[in-house]
Amino acid sequence: MDTQADVQLLMGNEAMACGLLEAGCQVAAAYPGTPSTEILQSLIDRRDQAKEPLHIEWSVNEKIAFEVALAASYTGKRSVAVMKQVGLNVAADPFMRSAYLGVKGGLVTIVADDPGPHSSQNEQDTRLFCLQARVPVFDPASPAEAKQLVSVAFELSEKYQILTVLRPATRICHSRQNVALQPMQTLQRKAHFEKNTARWAATPPFLPALHKKLNDNLDAIAAEPHLQPLKTAGDGSQPRTALVASGIVYGHLVDLLEELGLSDQIDLYQVVMPYPLNPAWAAQLRNDYDRVLVLEETYPVIELQMAHLGVVGKQSGHVPKEGELTPDVIYKVLAGFLELEPPATAPADSRGRRPSLCAGCPHRSAFYSIKKCFPKGIFPSDIGCYTLGINLGAVDTVHCMGACISQGAGFYQSYVQDAQDVAGGDFPTVVVTIGDSTFFHSGITALINAVIQKARIIVVILDNGTTAMTGGQPVPHLGITAIGEPTTAIAIEPLVKASGVNFLECCDPYDNDDFETLLKQADTHIRKPDGGVAVLISRHGCLMERHVARAQPRFKIDITDDCIGCRRCVEAFECPALVMNEATTVAEIDQDRCIGCGTCIPVCPVKAIIKGEQL
Amino acid sequence: MKQQIIVSGIGGQGVLFLIRLIAQVAVNRGLAVLTSETHGMAQRGGTVLSTIKVGAFASPLIRAGQADVGLLLWDANLPVHAPLLRDGASLVINAEQSVAGAQAKQCIAASRMARDMGNAVLANLILLGLAIQQQTLFCSAADCVQAIRQLAPERFVDQNLQAFQLGLNHTND
Ligand code: SF4
Ligand code: SF4
Repeated sequence: MDTQADVQLLMGNEAMACGLLEAGCQVAAAYPGTPSTEILQSLIDRRDQAKEPLHIEWSVNEKIAFEVALAASYTGKRSVAVMKQVGLNVAADPFMRSAYLGVKGGLVTIVADDPGPHSSQNEQDTRLFCLQARVPVFDPASPAEAKQLVSVAFELSEKYQILTVLRPATRICHSRQNVALQPMQTLQRKAHFEKNTARWAATPPFLPALHKKLNDNLDAIAAEPHLQPLKTAGDGSQPRTALVASGIVYGHLVDLLEELGLSDQIDLYQVVMPYPLNPAWAAQLRNDYDRVLVLEETYPVIELQMAHLGVVGKQSGHVPKEGELTPDVIYKVLAGFLELEPPATAPADSRGRRPSLCAGCPHRSAFYSIKKCFPKGIFPSDIGCYTLGINLGAVDTVHCMGACISQGAGFYQSYVQDAQDVAGGDFPTVVVTIGDSTFFHSGITALINAVIQKARIIVVILDNGTTAMTGGQPVPHLGITAIGEPTTAIAIEPLVKASGVNFLECCDPYDNDDFETLLKQADTHIRKPDGGVAVLISRHGCLMERHVARAQPRFKIDITDDCIGCRRCVEAFECPALVMNEATTVAEIDQDRCIGCGTCIPVCPVKAIIKGEQL
Repeated sequence: MKQQIIVSGIGGQGVLFLIRLIAQVAVNRGLAVLTSETHGMAQRGGTVLSTIKVGAFASPLIRAGQADVGLLLWDANLPVHAPLLRDGASLVINAEQSVAGAQAKQCIAASRMARDMGNAVLANLILLGLAIQQQTLFCSAADCVQAIRQLAPERFVDQNLQAFQLGLNHTND
C-alpha cells in the first residue's frame, strides 16, 4: 500500500514531469502546445527536486527541441523532447532519421495527441506516425500509468539504443488522479560522446545495415514479455469473443463494462505498446477468437497490425473513424457488438458558448483596425489565441505554424498574375497576422522567402510578449530562459530588417488612430514601384500576464442612453464584457469582466460608449 | 463510495480551481479520484465542462445520464450539460433568477454575492458552499476548508473561506 504521503493529486502532464524526474532525465526541451504544455512547465516548477543537473528549455520550435534532446542522448544522458501531435510534423525530419541511427542515453519523445480535436488543427494519431517512422510507442490509459511508462520508455530506449515515444491523449494530459510518487534515480552519468561517424553521420552506404538493425530491434521489442497486451480473462460466458483497447479508451471501456454489469465476462486486452505489436499475439488472437472489437484513438493502428478477419473496428466501419471515442460513443459500438439494448440516443454534442479573445485583448483592437482599413482584404492568419480573430472577420485562413506569411505570398502571386495594372496597385491587400512566438517558430524563413519573391503583402506581427495561448511561456525577444534566468534577447525588429524588409513600423493597437494610419501607409508602400513586404509590429502585452493588466490604466466604462442597439460593439468587436440586453435592446457593460481598457470606445457609431474616471 | 460530478461554467470562472479542490478532498480522504478538464482555446471565455469521478473508476469522463451531481457556475449551460445528469441527480446553480427545472434552494446568486465581496471569481466557492449545505457531495464542510487552506494562495485563503461560508450558510429568504 502506498502511504498517504507518497500520493499526490497530479494532472497527467504533472505526473509525466514527475516521471521524468524519477527516471533521472537530465535534458528536457519542448515547444508549448495544448495539450502537452504543462509537462515542461511542471518540470520547471519541480526542478529543485532534481537530484542531478537538469537543463530545461523552451526551444524555438519542435524540430530544435528534438535535436537538442537527441545530442544529449548521444552523450549518454537521458533526455526528453516534448510536443503536441502536430509538433511532431515539424520535428519529423530529425525524428525519422533517428529511428535508423538510434540513440545512446535514453531518449523519449512525449507527443500529446488531441483526439476530438479539442485544441488542434487536426486529430492525427502519433501511433500511426510511429508505425511509419518505425519507433516503439506507448499509449497510457491513466495519468498514473503515463508516469510509470516514462521509466519503461527510457529503459527500453537504452536497452535497444532506440528512440521511444510516449503518446498521452488530451484526456490523460488534462486529467487529474491520485498518483503515487517514487524515489528519484541518480544515474551519475557524465557527458561522454563517443565519436562514430558510421553511425552518427551515417552516409548512404551505412544505412542498409542500420535499417536492418532497426528491424531486428523492432522484432525483439515486439516480443518483450513485459510489453505484451495485458489480459483480463472473462468467465467464459462470451466464448470466442474479445475486446481490445488502448490508451484512455481502455479506461472508458472498463468503466462502461462495470456500469453494464459486464466486467469479467469477456476477455479484455489492454494494449500498452500499440507499435510494434507482437505478431505472435496477433496470431494467437486469430486462433482464439472469432470476433474481436478493437477500440483505439484515432487511427486503426492496432487494427491494421492484427490482420484478423473477425475484427470489428474502424476498417470494418463499426467504430467511428473520426472524433473522440467518448464513453457514449463506445457504448453505442459495444451495444452493437454484444447485441445489447442500444443506449438512448446520446444528446448531440453541443459546444455551448464559443470562445473569444479576452476582454481588452490587444489582438481584438488590431483585428478591428485591419478589418476597418481593408474591408475587402485577404487575411491569412496563424496558430494561437489570435485564431479567434475569425470572430471579427479579420482571419480568413489558419493552417499550421508560420503558414500565414507564405500563404499570404502565395495569394499575392496568384492575384498579381491577373492584375491589369500592377504599378497602379491593382491587386488585393493581403494582411497577414502572426503572433510573436509563431514568428520565431517558423515565420522568419517565410518572411525571407516573401521578400526575395517580391511579394507585396502586409505582415502584422502581433507581439504580446508571450506564448499566450498555452499560458505564457517566454519568447526569444524577452531575454528570459525557461527557468527565468536572463539571456540574450533577440529583438524582432533587426530580424525583420535583416530579412530585407524596407517598411517596418511598430505601434500599440490600443492607439487605434495611429495604428490605422500605419496600416494605410503600409498599403501605400506595397503598391509603390519599389515597394515590397511591409511589416507592422502590433505591440501590447498579453492581459493574461498579471503585471500587464495591472500596469495599464483602468477606466470606468459605461454605455449611455444614446445607444441605438446597433450591435456593432457586441458583434463586430465582440468583447466578452459587452453584452446585449435583449429585453431593453441596448448594449451593456458586464462590469465583472470589463477591464476598463476603453478600446471599444471608437467602435460605437453614436459615441454611446464613454470613458469615466480612472479606477 | 462512488460519485460522478460535473462542474460546468465558462472560461475564467475558476472551474479548474473548484475541480482541484474537490479532487484534493478525495485524495485527503484516501479515495481514488479522476478528473477531466478543459484547457487551451475553449478556456478563452467559452463553455467549459469538467468532471470528477470519486471512487473506483478507470476513466475521467462521464457518460450521458450518469452524473450524480451537477455544479453549474453558468446557468445558461444547463441545457447543454443537463443530459449528463442522471434522473434525480443533485444540482446547484449559480443564477441571478430562478431557473426552469431547478428548485429555489438549488440556486444562488453567487456571482452577485462574489462581486459584493469584491471578486467575481469567488462565485465558485460560494457555489461549493451551497453544494455542501445541500449535502450533494461526498464530503463535509470541514473537508473543503482543509482543501481550501491547502490549495488557495496564502493571501487569498481568508477570502476564499469567507466565500465558502457564505454559500454554506445561505438561506433563501
Ligand atoms: S473597456 Fe470595452 S473593450 Fe475594454 S474590456 Fe471593457 S468593454 Fe471590453
Ligand atoms: S455600438 Fe454603440 S450604439 Fe451600437 S450597440 Fe454598441 S453601444 Fe449601442
